[in-house]
Amino acid sequence: MHNKTLTELAAGLRSKQFSSVELTQTFLQRIRQHQQLNAFITVSEETALQQAQAADAALSSSQGGVLTGIPIAQKDIFCTLGSKTSCGSKMLDNFIAPYDATVVANFNHAGAVMLGKLNMDEFAMGSSNETSFYGPVRNPWDTDCVPGGSSGGSAAAVAARLAPAVTGTDTGGSIRQPAALCGITGLKPTYGRVSRYGMIAYASSLDQGGPMTRSAEDAALLMQVMAGFDAKDSTSVEQPVPDYSASLNDSLQGLKIGLPKEFFTAELDSHIAAAIHAAVAEYQKLGAEVVEVSMPNLQLAIPAYYVIASAECSSNLSRYDGVRFGYRCQNPEDLSDLYTRSRGEAFGSEVKRRILMGTYALSAGYYDAYYLKAQQVRRLISDDFKRALADVDVLMGPVTPSTAFRIGEKTGDPIQMYLEDIYTIAINLAGLPAMSIPAGFVDGKPVGLQVIGNYFSEAKLLNIGHRYQQVTDWHQQVPKGFE
Amino acid sequence: MNSQWEAVIGLEIHTQLATKSKIFSGAATAYGAEPNTQACAVDLGLPGVLPVLNKDAVRKAVTFGLAIDAEIAPQSVFARKNYFYPDLPKGYQISQFELPIVGNGHLDIEVDGETKRIGITRAHLEEDAGKSLHEDFHGLTGIDLNRAGTPLLEIVSEPDMRSAKEAVAYMRKLHELVRYLEICDGNMQEGSFRCDANVSVRPKGQKEFGTRAEIKNINSFKFVEKAINHEIERQIDLIEGGGRVVQETRLYDANKDETRSMRSKEEANDYRYFPDPDLLPVLIEQSLKDEIRATLPELPEAKKQRFLEQYALDLESATTLTSSRELADFYESVASLSGGAAKLAANWLTGDVLGALNKASLEISDSPVSAERLAGLLKRIADNTISGKTAKQVFDKLWNGSASADEIIEQDGLVQITDTGAIEAIVDKVIAANPVPVEQYRAGKDKALMALVGQVMKETQGKASPGEVNKMLIEKLKV
Repeated sequence: MHNKTLTELAAGLRSKQFSSVELTQTFLQRIRQHQQLNAFITVSEETALQQAQAADAALSSSQGGVLTGIPIAQKDIFCTLGSKTSCGSKMLDNFIAPYDATVVANFNHAGAVMLGKLNMDEFAMGSSNETSFYGPVRNPWDTDCVPGGSSGGSAAAVAARLAPAVTGTDTGGSIRQPAALCGITGLKPTYGRVSRYGMIAYASSLDQGGPMTRSAEDAALLMQVMAGFDAKDSTSVEQPVPDYSASLNDSLQGLKIGLPKEFFTAELDSHIAAAIHAAVAEYQKLGAEVVEVSMPNLQLAIPAYYVIASAECSSNLSRYDGVRFGYRCQNPEDLSDLYTRSRGEAFGSEVKRRILMGTYALSAGYYDAYYLKAQQVRRLISDDFKRALADVDVLMGPVTPSTAFRIGEKTGDPIQMYLEDIYTIAINLAGLPAMSIPAGFVDGKPVGLQVIGNYFSEAKLLNIGHRYQQVTDWHQQVPKGFE
Repeated sequence: MNSQWEAVIGLEIHTQLATKSKIFSGAATAYGAEPNTQACAVDLGLPGVLPVLNKDAVRKAVTFGLAIDAEIAPQSVFARKNYFYPDLPKGYQISQFELPIVGNGHLDIEVDGETKRIGITRAHLEEDAGKSLHEDFHGLTGIDLNRAGTPLLEIVSEPDMRSAKEAVAYMRKLHELVRYLEICDGNMQEGSFRCDANVSVRPKGQKEFGTRAEIKNINSFKFVEKAINHEIERQIDLIEGGGRVVQETRLYDANKDETRSMRSKEEANDYRYFPDPDLLPVLIEQSLKDEIRATLPELPEAKKQRFLEQYALDLESATTLTSSRELADFYESVASLSGGAAKLAANWLTGDVLGALNKASLEISDSPVSAERLAGLLKRIADNTISGKTAKQVFDKLWNGSASADEIIEQDGLVQITDTGAIEAIVDKVIAANPVPVEQYRAGKDKALMALVGQVMKETQGKASPGEVNKMLIEKLKV
């Protein structure tokens, strides 16, 4: 049951092969069985079974949609009414959200069952899931390795079949990088396509929620629920939502693929490069044309990102002050002590590092040299993408420079860790949609292919992913011990 | 003020915009609710919430900009002003910094009969913070977030004022304007209209400004004048005593009538302003400006000019009657309902009516005597049914009851005697009965006539016209 696609599960529920309660119990059982992965922060057994019962009732009277009765799980960055929403931080370990994020409400409305909340890097700051207050998540393909981050719990849960489909968020690669490292499909939509309301902010101008699934076909079903204009999010875009499943099988004859030469440099593991080229060759067989393109400003993406994201986070995280909710230190002496100790005791070191960097970048006398300069670089990078995407339909390249690394390997060197996102960060700066799909293995560890499209081209990306998954079986591989 | 010094004053005025809901959330803005009952998830700054701009706040800001003849920015940007304070839920205030919605404008004030133009540098939209309550919490501080997110328009003047008197005149003019425009209720007790003053002094004739101090949160016209005057004196004393003014923020203590230092420039926050990524730039199209311009009410200055011409009022009456939109509207109703007794209406309103309202601490909108009832009274004065003196009695009854002027006149039998024959008979009777004053008058003592008029009025129970009686007596006593 746990290896079925969402479409198969939906059909099984309708043909009464199994009930939603049975399906939910199966996944709850698998979550318990594979606790050592540490993929979940909260397992909502009781409410999940209630939702499953309600779904069964709806299904028995032929109501509900495709996702009715299907278990999913939410990254613990999405507020869920009445349950803990920690964002991977000690700061919010005691925070029970009093409202549902728009994404969560959309899933509830669709009749989906929420199994629980997924582990993540603290406040989504990290590329390995090691900054979580709840400890690192293990990669099902090699449990000594990281699953990537920040949506590491999400990627591990899907790869290990602890949930058929989940949500993630992506600020600089947080959906695509863990999807690549865990061998699953992850889509970061266009900035503004999915509501950010109720999604705890890291860097507001870059954050975007999206689906993490085993296939592009499943991702299309989740996108259908997640995407759409939300009046509660001023940055969400009022643009019609297409039927993402309808175009999955469209022909790729004549598709123009651009390969940015800056993606294939010495930092890229040669085996990964080979896997990417093999995948591109597969697309040529499907009728695509390939051209080389250049994005001269790409190497500026990481510094620009760490200025902008840090600046925004330094302000976004100011609300965690021990006054109204979240962690408060014991017996504060005065106001300054309350602030200093509450924040000092509850934030982890990576979060503190970024708050300090961001505070510095916004300070009087430094603003022009850092924040304004970074915004200018951001525009240059966006222009690079616009130019490239004027000539080709999509760009392809690697997601990560290497496969999953060992837990603890990069924690002592933040710069090495930041370089993990070298191929993903620029896309967030430009606000474009991009997808990671499984494209092979190196030493038994998954490799991801990144497909970058123009604004609001999610349906095209899913079509491109799906056609590839029709002729390859990388996405169907199951890590040993999780079959 | 010591005559060799000149003060330089600029004001920052926070006007609370009279929108139904907050600037970035749907919570109500009504004043006086139980603490923390009008603060929703967005106002509390809960994790994950996002601001959505209130269109009405934007319209009100544009309305103000058009009324002061300012540039309306085609694109303005919200920025975050970052600082920690317990009643600031997000750890930043959403405000406008580099690109405010309203640019350069101006307002004319009158001081000692002279008109002076005060420049307005800018006006920007921002959200208010909550309130910290330091009493009743046993050494702790209580936080009320009802006010958090209330829309404010911060109006920043040029340093164009040279005395506390000018500053007050500017503040009053602005107060009058925002109420005319109906963008702010102007209630200063509830904090809807608050003022910070930047004050410096310099030797007369010097071009450069002196170092300024900012006096925070002065919430009445009276205190603004006192606080500024006090600050000017403090700075002059300081400089004359060999010291120098430091740039700082000072707080005015109304009880002690003094300002004291709150924080110096060195202690000032670095607010780390940057554009708020949760909000898109505000784009104002020409069509919106045109639409709002078309709905602008007649502004105080224009109304005053019209009153001077249309109703032939004197400047003082016109100024008083246009000091608020409600009063001007009331006046125009009375003038029209009374059948064109425009001058009489102006005299009554600026005199008896405003006097009675002041005494009872009432606003014109709460007047117990409606425009209709007052007009009913004025009609009877105009057509000589009652005398001016009798009218004052009727007004008292109008104020204290619900009857119309006609009912009161009828019930109390106050109709003026216009029958000349009847008055003449009484005049003759009084002349016959009072030989002493008659003789005195004839001997050239004009004052004696008053006693005779008084007697006639007494006999007629005040229903005769004193002017008429006067004339008749003079005629009859001619030698």
